[in-house]
Amino acid sequence: MVPTISQERVTWRFGSVEALAILLVTLVALRNPLAALVSDPRLQTWTTVFVSVMVQAVPFLIFGVALSAVIAVFVPRSFWARALPRHPAAAVPVAGLAGVVLPGCECGSVPIAGSLMRRGVTPAAALAFLLAAPAINPIVLTATAVAFPGNPEMVAARAGASLVVAVAMGWLWLRLGRSEWIRLPRRSDLDGSSRARAFWASCRHDVMHAGGFLVLGAAAAATINVVVPESWMQTLAAEPVLSVLALAALAVLLSICSEADAFVAASLSQFSLTSRLVFLVVGPMVDLKLIAMQTGVFGRRFAARFAPATFVAAVLTGAGVGAVIW
Amino acid sequence: MNRRAQAIVMVLFGGAILKASLTDVYLRYVKESLQPFLIAAGVLLLAAAAMTLYYEMRPAPTGEDGHDHHEPQVGWLLIVPALGVLLIAPPALGSYAAGQSGTALAGAQVESEFSPLPPGDPVPLSLMEYATRAVFDQGRTLDGRELRLTGFISPGPDGRPMLTRMTVACCAADGRPIKVGMDGAVAIDAPVDTWIHAVGVYTSRVEKDPVNQADVPYLRVTSWQQTTAPRRPYE
Repeated sequence: MVPTISQERVTWRFGSVEALAILLVTLVALRNPLAALVSDPRLQTWTTVFVSVMVQAVPFLIFGVALSAVIAVFVPRSFWARALPRHPAAAVPVAGLAGVVLPGCECGSVPIAGSLMRRGVTPAAALAFLLAAPAINPIVLTATAVAFPGNPEMVAARAGASLVVAVAMGWLWLRLGRSEWIRLPRRSDLDGSSRARAFWASCRHDVMHAGGFLVLGAAAAATINVVVPESWMQTLAAEPVLSVLALAALAVLLSICSEADAFVAASLSQFSLTSRLVFLVVGPMVDLKLIAMQTGVFGRRFAARFAPATFVAAVLTGAGVGAVIW
Repeated sequence: MNRRAQAIVMVLFGGAILKASLTDVYLRYVKESLQPFLIAAGVLLLAAAAMTLYYEMRPAPTGEDGHDHHEPQVGWLLIVPALGVLLIAPPALGSYAAGQSGTALAGAQVESEFSPLPPGDPVPLSLMEYATRAVFDQGRTLDGRELRLTGFISPGPDGRPMLTRMTVACCAADGRPIKVGMDGAVAIDAPVDTWIHAVGVYTSRVEKDPVNQADVPYLRVTSWQQTTAPRRPYE
């Protein structure tokens, strides 16, 4: 081993660490011009929103990454075979309901779903879990109850509609999904090394990977937040069909954490309860930040099909449930 | 991006999160209750970076060449928020964000009965408290009391300064303003985004926010004084 290392030192090349060092020195040197650049109120608001989306998401991301590393390294494959029904069609609703136990938002559930698939859980069940977990866990439902004190039925409507969409998408995947659409990145580093080494390798990889895509999503959400003034939305609120579509689109664009979206929905009080329910069902399942993360973890071909299909299913289910209740 | 560079990026990102959460900087972005989770996440990031470097320094076990060429390039982007916090630390949302959205009163939870104000002269009140009492209770509990509100200046639709505070449910991305108009004989010439204490009395004047047609109550200001931004910028 030792000769290889010394040989490596001899053939030193300009690499990532050197590039990073130069980049950092440049940025620190340019600190004052940079700070002057963001003194423009729009750019300043953008920076604040961007940083706050990241700061808000970090604990959930790190929690999700650590849990997915535990699943990848310490939970044996045989556990999932025993925990989930053998038949995939039966495993989907069970996995969807299992989302109740994951207290968090959507940033954490993407790496966990990827990890489940890698451990042999049928993709349809992992996808049902991915969609259900951020919407039906106790923290999110409590937040919804607090945000809608006058409409307690909103909590049940949200949980029910989200679960229906998650299970429907799982079954749809069983019928139409093709396994080659999902390209989980090859992870040779997880096999054949010690468990501790594999755990930290998994954490490092997921932080860099899911975290990088989270940055893209946060930047997109901050842009929408600054560019779209609220007055545009007000004119749409009067039309019943348009208002549903407008809030569905807003849920995708704003990419608000599922623990906070209920408060935003409550504040959009000019909109009908049905359109706000659609906002709450779509948001945790399809948004810019999630699309970016799903593209990274499952591949572009998957995200290009899964996100639009989920969006349609969520809008139809949300509007249908809303029409029945209100 | 090789693993050593990834470790450095994780140190930067974890360090930025820790720095923000151990000072009051994080209060510009998220709720105070998130602090312990932010600290834990920052520590875990630093641990992951340390373990990455530790395993890099040790000879790789057989079967692993130690230089995987499928390392995620997208991870470079994590430098952006890290340096955003460390170098710039953007300020809390101010008048620009407040002007973008309508006052949050429309979505406020209305108590069926308002308890009397605590003793004190003037009584410090949050903007949300003043606005809900003024609009939903027609100021019954406010009448005859001297009140002190703290907020920043944002330009009103008529060009006159308005007292404003942002409310945040989760993070600044969902921040919404509460606006209280100011009238009275005192001229308020503080520039936009300055924080002030405004002392005054209840007035029944209510205008509509042009953004969302929600009610904006007014305060008859008797005196005001410039102040520094509070530790917790959001209500």
